[in-house]
Amino acid sequence: MSFQAVLNIISLWALPFIIVLILTVGMVKEVPIYEVFTEGAKDGFKVAINIIPYLVAIIVAISMLRASGAIEMIANSMAGILARFNIPADVLPVIFVRPLSGSAALGLFSDIATNAGATAYSTKLAAVMVGSSETTFYVLAVYFGSIGIRKFRYALWVGLLADIIAAIMSIVVCSWMF
Amino acid sequence: MNYIFYWLIVLSIVIGAINGKLPDVVNSILTGAEKSVQIAFSLIGIMAFWLGIMKIAEQSGLVEFIAKLISPITKRLFNEIPPEDPAIGNIAMNFSANALGLTNAATPIGIRAMQDLQKHNIDRKTASNSMCMLLAMNTAGFQLIPATVIAVLVGIGYKNPTEIIAPTLLVTSFTFIIAIIIAKIFQRFSPPQIQEHGGEE
Repeated sequence: MSFQAVLNIISLWALPFIIVLILTVGMVKEVPIYEVFTEGAKDGFKVAINIIPYLVAIIVAISMLRASGAIEMIANSMAGILARFNIPADVLPVIFVRPLSGSAALGLFSDIATNAGATAYSTKLAAVMVGSSETTFYVLAVYFGSIGIRKFRYALWVGLLADIIAAIMSIVVCSWMF
Repeated sequence: MNYIFYWLIVLSIVIGAINGKLPDVVNSILTGAEKSVQIAFSLIGIMAFWLGIMKIAEQSGLVEFIAKLISPITKRLFNEIPPEDPAIGNIAMNFSANALGLTNAATPIGIRAMQDLQKHNIDRKTASNSMCMLLAMNTAGFQLIPATVIAVLVGIGYKNPTEIIAPTLLVTSFTFIIAIIIAKIFQRFSPPQIQEHGGEE
């Protein structure tokens, strides 16, 4: 069996396995699973509604930034410096968009993959960058929003520093492996 | 966050005006606000499902069992939280779901963990050290298999998409560990949390 087949099986079975495990343990321990489930699920609506103000604040601000063309400006102004470190110009915007918007980063990556081709260094570098990081602003809005935290303290800085390190590491690892 | 919010919006408008993209910027307010509500509403169903499932996992003692299992590690990372608290079990489940790329499950479980952490928080409106640590683990985005990226590569006819797994895993593991270390350093040197609003209830 190929490595890829194993991966497919894992990603297919992980979710069903976890659900069956939790329900079975619940039955064995004689938890009234239906009642408890509905009790817990009641919170779903409340949590989703709670995060709306936080999501609106962050997503609107980030949409405005993306629409203004600021990201391209920063990427262009840094192109000269970054070219020296063997970073293709088309991958640059990915670095800046990744912490801001997951769907936008994935869209950029699809564009690069389609334009540069499957075997291009740009495609591989962008793939590693997108795959190895999270949408920091979205995660902060959802997690803190769900419980009404207004002051994030240092959480944002840790998230952004991690994004910078992930970008640098992607470049180092890719230029070494590909 | 106040400064970031202010500067993101003011800079967008100024730069948008310079680039002649002011209409786009103004439009993006509407589309961004609409998108936020769409995201929140699309979360309701899956959120309810996983919060229900996790309640069963908690009542059956499964969450506590997992908490005990990993307490040697979490004791150091979440030292404000008692080692057998449901928060710890939920954090472990959140990490596992993220690692397996099960984002739909990871977010509700993570929110459950945040609710548990809030019970130990001295000020319900500022983030506790444990919350910042959980966020550090989540924003670092550790996952074993970057499924969405691989799907795109397969879509464009990449013959060997699995070759990006090894470098991605290397980068993401390194970043994950560094993020935890950075969070620990901030925890030590940032001003401690002050009680302004009182804890939960």
